[in-house]
Amino acid sequence: MNIITRTDILNIHSCSVITSLCRAFTSGIADNVEKLVKKNKVVVFMKGVPEEPKCGFSNAVVQIFRMHGVTYDAHDVLKDEELRKGVKAFSNWPTIPQVFIGGEFVGGCDIMLQMHQNGDLVEELRKAGIRSALLDKETEDTK
Amino acid sequence: MNSSSCIKPQRMFTKYSLGQQLYKYSRKSFVLHSAVGNRCLQSEMSGEVFGKPVEHSIHKKLVETFNPVHLDILNESHMHNVPPGSETHFKVVVVSDKFNNLPLIKRHRMVNDALSSDLQNGVHALSIVAKTPDQWEESTKQVSPSPACRGGFGK
Repeated sequence: MNIITRTDILNIHSCSVITSLCRAFTSGIADNVEKLVKKNKVVVFMKGVPEEPKCGFSNAVVQIFRMHGVTYDAHDVLKDEELRKGVKAFSNWPTIPQVFIGGEFVGGCDIMLQMHQNGDLVEELRKAGIRSALLDKETEDTK
Repeated sequence: MNSSSCIKPQRMFTKYSLGQQLYKYSRKSFVLHSAVGNRCLQSEMSGEVFGKPVEHSIHKKLVETFNPVHLDILNESHMHNVPPGSETHFKVVVVSDKFNNLPLIKRHRMVNDALSSDLQNGVHALSIVAKTPDQWEESTKQVSPSPACRGGFGK
């Protein structure tokens, strides 16, 4: 059963590869990205989907948000070459994954990892009106 | 043909062994190929032609831009589904006082900017550790490897 599911996902992937590589970047795409990043408090552009990330860096971001109990919009850039280019141009950041909190670009995997480790992520989430699940866990642990 | 030493930059041959390698490969005069070997060796040492051109380019730009007190360039391409010897996935550790009083995102942008041409020409992943000399001294001075690949390369 597991094998069938994986094969299906792979097929969907290969079908969705977009061939128009050198298409000019238009302001329409920038508007589109801007709309996407403002649609939810936390928005992630990644490779693959949270249930099955296709890149270790994207997976690290997914795991961090899982620990903080954060729900977010995830967009798979492997399914949309234009979106992949568009988000890189929008944030002026060359790599994927990219994380937006409260509509603002926060960083990629390295920055998320460091913010997670030094506590800045909890604060950044709080500013966006999200309470990190790690805070509740800490409270439970001290009880 | 694997025996051509010139395109195997990972190994630094002595003049003698390089000559021998070429001798075996071409079955011609050792003296002649010892001279060829010298040229190859020089190119290897310069790192531009037969060496690791991308790593060399990254190194040069980071030194010029940040004058770092510590610099590591780790080629992590072998962790990914790319041919052996590829220069596609890198991690850089840059310790420089140019990062003093700058937030993390600004530091990363500076490194990305310095390496923008490499990122547009074949470097697929760049993981960055950017610290000030004080932060580096306080740290364990060890950097954890990047997460393992999950197969999305090239898609």
